[in-house]
Amino acid sequence: MNAQENPKQDAGKVLLEEIQKPIQHPKAGSRVLQVIAIPFLAVVTGLLLGGVFIILTSEEVYAAFRQSFGSGLLAAWRAAWQSYVALFTGAIGDPARIVAALQSGDGLEIRRAFNPILESLVNTTPYIFGGLAVALGFRAGVFNIGVEGQIFIGAATCAFVGYSVSGLPAILHIPLALLAGALGGALWGFIPGWLKAKTGGHEVINTIMMNYIAFRLSDWLLRGPMKAPGQHNPVSPKILETAMLPRFFESPIRFHLGFFIALAVAYLVYWFMFKTTWGFDLRMVGANPHAGRYAGSNVTRNIVLAMTLSGALAGLAGANEVMGVNHNLAMAFSSGYGFDSIALALLGNNHPLGVVLASLLFGTLRNGATRMQVAAGIPIDIIAILQAMILMFIAAPAIIRTIYRLRFKVQVEGAVTIRGWGGKS
Amino acid sequence: MEPVLELRGITKRFPGVLANDHINLDLMPGEIHALLGENGAGKTTLMNILYGLYQPDEGEILVRGKKVEIHSPNDAIAAGIGMVHQHFMLVPVFTVTENVMLGEESTRYGDFLDTRKAAAQIHQISEQYSLEVNPDSYIKDLPVGVQQRVEIIKLLYRKADILILDEPSAVLTPQEVGELFKIMRSLTEQGKSIIFITHKLREVLEIADRITVIRAGKVIGTTRPQEADESTLARMMVGREVELVLEKPEYKPGKVVLKVDNILVTDDRRQIAVDGVSFEVRAGEVLGVAGVQGNGQTELVEALTGLRQVVSGAVTFLGENITNVSPRRIIELGSAHVPEDRQRDGLVLPFSVMENLFLCTYYKPPFTKGPVIQWDVALKNAEELISRFDIRTPGALTNVGALSGGNQQKVIVARELSRPIQLLVAAQPTRGLDVGSIEYIHGQILDRRNAGVAVLLVSTELAEIMQLSDRIAVMYRGKIVAEVLAEEATKEYLGLLMAGVPQDEARKQVGPIEAKAVRGRELY
Repeated sequence: MNAQENPKQDAGKVLLEEIQKPIQHPKAGSRVLQVIAIPFLAVVTGLLLGGVFIILTSEEVYAAFRQSFGSGLLAAWRAAWQSYVALFTGAIGDPARIVAALQSGDGLEIRRAFNPILESLVNTTPYIFGGLAVALGFRAGVFNIGVEGQIFIGAATCAFVGYSVSGLPAILHIPLALLAGALGGALWGFIPGWLKAKTGGHEVINTIMMNYIAFRLSDWLLRGPMKAPGQHNPVSPKILETAMLPRFFESPIRFHLGFFIALAVAYLVYWFMFKTTWGFDLRMVGANPHAGRYAGSNVTRNIVLAMTLSGALAGLAGANEVMGVNHNLAMAFSSGYGFDSIALALLGNNHPLGVVLASLLFGTLRNGATRMQVAAGIPIDIIAILQAMILMFIAAPAIIRTIYRLRFKVQVEGAVTIRGWGGKS
Repeated sequence: MEPVLELRGITKRFPGVLANDHINLDLMPGEIHALLGENGAGKTTLMNILYGLYQPDEGEILVRGKKVEIHSPNDAIAAGIGMVHQHFMLVPVFTVTENVMLGEESTRYGDFLDTRKAAAQIHQISEQYSLEVNPDSYIKDLPVGVQQRVEIIKLLYRKADILILDEPSAVLTPQEVGELFKIMRSLTEQGKSIIFITHKLREVLEIADRITVIRAGKVIGTTRPQEADESTLARMMVGREVELVLEKPEYKPGKVVLKVDNILVTDDRRQIAVDGVSFEVRAGEVLGVAGVQGNGQTELVEALTGLRQVVSGAVTFLGENITNVSPRRIIELGSAHVPEDRQRDGLVLPFSVMENLFLCTYYKPPFTKGPVIQWDVALKNAEELISRFDIRTPGALTNVGALSGGNQQKVIVARELSRPIQLLVAAQPTRGLDVGSIEYIHGQILDRRNAGVAVLLVSTELAEIMQLSDRIAVMYRGKIVAEVLAEEATKEYLGLLMAGVPQDEARKQVGPIEAKAVRGRELY
């Protein structure tokens, strides 16, 4: 791990360095630990406090406390335990059932046993795209709040290509529809990027406004031009079979190719940001626009480029949902993926690998929450509270450092890009 | 007489570093005691201990003969110790009065602020110590020198009588330094005691009553200005002989490299900052641009390096018109730029030393193959430059923000001077640096000059200009008011020109100037 000893670096080593920076202490292992410690402890603390909320909102616990203190404590423990067991089995699967299914050798049963974890991956996929969109923007010094809107536009353009272009084989139709989604999102990112570069209008304000335009625009599209003929509900026609992302298993398992596309795109973003001159350019301008200008970068072009690429990634999130899950465009189909993405990019330290890991966490929690609601009667909102607390701890690492008496300060490159709320850059 | 402050055996360890090693120091009433040392010698750690920001591992602090425990700045203030930090702690959108009151608000009718009373008190303080300041001005409208006065008033308002001034002159113009020294004298005459932290030898000799030199966390010795001179102090500070006067081969100017023709440049507020300036810089010469900060030098440099729009006029570099072309084009033609504000323009602080060392050339071979960056080449390049330019860093992958100011500047110098260049534009290349780094950077600049590079040196340090330049241009209110050969310039003459005295009148006042007047003697 010591770069001086071995100047030739492979991809993995460069990636490690990106995570470990700055390398000042001799023990490289402790650096990795430092970067991971805060998110990890934040998740643990979030889960613990989430348990407290579950207990506080449980009717049974109060009833048990009215009987006796001991049974109250027992009920409290049971409430929290059952909820998290439900969350776990909902998100990952029931280990006992998996084992039994594997022993029985029944294909259908095996697929069903593995469905929860596969469904978690289905939920993870749009998060990966969205998180990458935000992370790329952050690294380049722009704060893309408009991922949600870009998802809608990307989904709309993708759906349109999906149902209106016929006669293509899947091998062409799928890439074309994905491209349409990316371009739709890119357009929606380009506009605020261009506005910022040309007029100085702050991208935070403009992307939020672009969100509203996107929501209402897709409303109008679904009630008007894109409405499926003969349908009462405002939904678009189903996309053609040739535009659907292939699923790996029979219904009801929805696990589809999108997950692997997302992983590939994550690697591509990593490669772009950390291995190419374009990525270096973006990161340089993002970390210090003055130095970027001094070093000869075209700062305005980079802002537009970053917003456009960020929008394209968000558009892919929309395309993925249309082509892999819903197969049509419906109102409010995204339900907050774009906004959660901002949070999980932060959780993932704006690094593609971190984004993938954070997306897995969010996707799993989101999927497990449904099961928790059904099995343990815990309102799904608890998960929102849980996520909120995890993020709060991430965003304010001082809390975690104080609670666990961590002495080091984590310095990460990604963190500085959050400057630039105010003023011109 | 009993010392007003005494430090006995102060020791402070940080992981892997002994920052302060049994330091003894005493301060007499009415004394200016200079604490001299290179960056990283442990001066600031010691003062932070005194100010309650760190706790010493060993040793004790005595104020007026009584042992005190200082756990916070509040304890320090209570003991009568006040500190003016290098970077001011003021609220820019508050008035002077509000800033002074902050944390120590005087009130009436319960919780209503009594600004009038505070303003009167500030007025009284500023009369008493000749600290001229308008209590109703907003901080953001005040020049740096006056902001510093506000910091001092803050301490006096809190009844501090031991004042610690941490590198107070680093941010000031020569004129402001003069005023600061007057204020310091007036303070000590009225019984205040001052610890003056600095690494500028000349200032120490001018103002201090006693000088304590520390190096690598240890006290090397205490002396008096009458018994010391610059070279002895420099030797104590650095631990070896320091070349205060650099050897300079004969002045042999070559072809014109940079030609500036009647350019007009505006500042951020769209006021004219550079007003019809023309000059030439030839190969193998250093043209020094002297002037008090804020007379258009910053804007001039930015215009020449492509960072600021030229409104009219032309800039020609090796025969090519570079007026309003992109910074990258100017760099590619063979121009290097050591920017005035190194942390803002010259470096990306959260990036590694390696990345900062190829900041201007990352996009072309050998650092790239197609669009892909060759990190192994970048690392090799970094390691080579680190050893060649003696950059003190734990490694090539350390964040540049973690280095000391001197080493940060060395990173910039290494990057800019390692390229094949024809022109070097250096703005304030040694501001805030210690003697060792200054010596090194000056040597590098002269090396380039001797190798035939045209150098434009912009500095507010007159000594630096006189040490390095072959010709000196003086800038005043956006115009070049005089251009003289370095041999014919004296400090007095340049000082008058910088203050706006017309050339012929300045010459009359100074009298005949002997060619080859003592040069470089008063550096640092």
